[in-house]
Amino acid sequence: MTERVAATPGLYPLPDWAKETLSDLKGHQKGDLLSGDESEAIVEEYAEVRAEYVTDQLDAGLDRVVEGQGRWDDMIAHPLTVHESVETGGIVRYYDNNNFYRDPRVVADLDFSGDVARELEAATDLIDGDAPLAATLPGPYSLADLASDEHYGDEAAFQAAIAEFLAGEVEAFPAHETLFLVEPSLVTNPPAEGAESTATDAIATVADATDADVVVQTSYGALGEKLYAHLVDEAGADALGLDLVAGDRDDTVYNVQEFGATDSLALGLVDGQNTLVEEPETVAERVEWFESQIPAEGFDRTYLTPNTELFYLPANKYRAKLHALAAATEVLD
Amino acid sequence: MVRNPEANRDQFRPADHPNDAFLLTTVVGSYPKPKWLNRADELVDDPDSKFDAGDLEEAHDDACRLITHEHERAGLDTVVDGEMRRNEMVEFFADRIDGYEFNGPVKVWGHNYFDKPSVVEEVAYDEPWLVDEFEFTSNVAERPVKVPITGPYTLGFWAFNEAYPSTEELVYDLADLVNEEVEKLVEAGARYIQIDEPALATTPEDHAIVGEALERIVSGIDEEVRIGLHVCYGDYSRIYPEINDYPIDEFDVELCNGDFEQIPTFTDPEFEPDLALGVVDAHTAEIEPVEEIKENVRQGLRVVPPEKLTVSPDCGLKLLPREIAYGKMENLVTAVREVEAEIDSGEIDVENPLDD
Repeated sequence: MTERVAATPGLYPLPDWAKETLSDLKGHQKGDLLSGDESEAIVEEYAEVRAEYVTDQLDAGLDRVVEGQGRWDDMIAHPLTVHESVETGGIVRYYDNNNFYRDPRVVADLDFSGDVARELEAATDLIDGDAPLAATLPGPYSLADLASDEHYGDEAAFQAAIAEFLAGEVEAFPAHETLFLVEPSLVTNPPAEGAESTATDAIATVADATDADVVVQTSYGALGEKLYAHLVDEAGADALGLDLVAGDRDDTVYNVQEFGATDSLALGLVDGQNTLVEEPETVAERVEWFESQIPAEGFDRTYLTPNTELFYLPANKYRAKLHALAAATEVLD
Repeated sequence: MVRNPEANRDQFRPADHPNDAFLLTTVVGSYPKPKWLNRADELVDDPDSKFDAGDLEEAHDDACRLITHEHERAGLDTVVDGEMRRNEMVEFFADRIDGYEFNGPVKVWGHNYFDKPSVVEEVAYDEPWLVDEFEFTSNVAERPVKVPITGPYTLGFWAFNEAYPSTEELVYDLADLVNEEVEKLVEAGARYIQIDEPALATTPEDHAIVGEALERIVSGIDEEVRIGLHVCYGDYSRIYPEINDYPIDEFDVELCNGDFEQIPTFTDPEFEPDLALGVVDAHTAEIEPVEEIKENVRQGLRVVPPEKLTVSPDCGLKLLPREIAYGKMENLVTAVREVEAEIDSGEIDVENPLDD
């Protein structure tokens, strides 16, 4: 019997009150964005945001609770943009969206930071045992893709260094049930032919650093078939996360039928980039439809997730999407 | 195919124009709001304040009058009210079009947000969007007034689409509404309309959608009406030469920001609409000296002859300090008039405009 788990990789929109208070405290310019040494007033504001995120998720009834990553001004590039060995360059476009982040220019060795671990410690205190924690990090392939290397010299070395850095961060995490590695670049800018294993080795390095279930979450459509096969076999993922909203989902079905699947699956079922809120029944049907396409006996777990981060949405719609996911697992029960 | 810019350009030449050559000077549209107007916009939402909607309208009128005259004082041939009544370029229109709803701000970057609306049902035309604004401005202006309108591609793609099977279909419906608005503006006397499509800069592969939308916008619009298209900074090689097929009179580009490196893109094949060239940077808070702007104007002559060159700032100036915005416009006009005189005297060879 497949266990159905409603979960998200986080990166939630700030509540509207915090959009105002934080922009007043921090300012609007590039130089005002978070550098990891924020003032006590800003720390307190984010603590309130974090508490609200935890409440939102517990209220919705999600099976995993994330910290919510309200501090991640630069979206998944955050672990680098607050790092001491990184200088931030210009504002660059975030995937194919009308969103921008600071280009992280890595200029020295990426040693241990602990920034994300501190957020997770704070989240653990807030959750207080009411639900299992899920941790979130960018996957090493995407993080390397979003950053500029001015130190390591070649692409493979850079990916490996980022993977080692992320693995070191994971080792400092408090107890977590699931680790999401967010990897949009695997679809939007896949590794060159022959370089797939460099990417999957990097992901495996991070995945090996935890005993938790590791979900490698992809977005923006189907993975290329060869890369898909590499990911299933080599990335050390318990679940590959597949986007069933954007792009052609038949390609994703083909990949799974042709090359098999990880023991668990994560399905991107609700649209993180559209305010239209899916009915729980619709979400549940999508899960059953996808599972029925696959010859396997069943999966350990199917994660019901959004297909992207949720910061693209207004705050009211982000909450509605959490509810849709949690309610869909009830429909499936 | 390109409209007929020659048929509508001369009406913008002032009667007392000092030179034979005439490079049309204009602005893209937005301008820094006076601080008191921002205060007034906030005050009207304050329940403890006596300042009401009528007071705000008066404040908007005052600001429009002020900025229109500020444009005239700078010597521009065509003017705008600085978009004093508009909050944001999508929000303002979405607020006036049936079918949109607002759920709250979304992040663009850092702590910069925009109230990205959702299209929840078929879009429809209700009240005119800009006719009152145009009538007010043209009543206070001595010079012809240009009307910037956010284009249907941007209105469609910078919203959440909950209602249409594809955003492309939404864009075409919006284009029909823009056409209706342009008709009403023309009826009210407008002769210079600029369609703003910043969203095309980030997704140039959609140029055919914008082309089809423009066909709908200009349907039935007489050739004495000048239709411009403004597309902000991007990789113009990805929409050129396709824009030569757009039904427009003028294409307005932001090239100063990139030191005119993309000028050669527009020289082959021959540029067909009039070129509206940005010659001052909208993102740097320094006023370019006249001599520097003159060099920039000459870059435009590499693409089109003087009678097809319009000169403007790169983009809307609203993010600059007001005195800097004014200084840029003033120097722009001075530079253009000097270039015109040098064309008249033969000092500038229009065949080899960069030669001294």
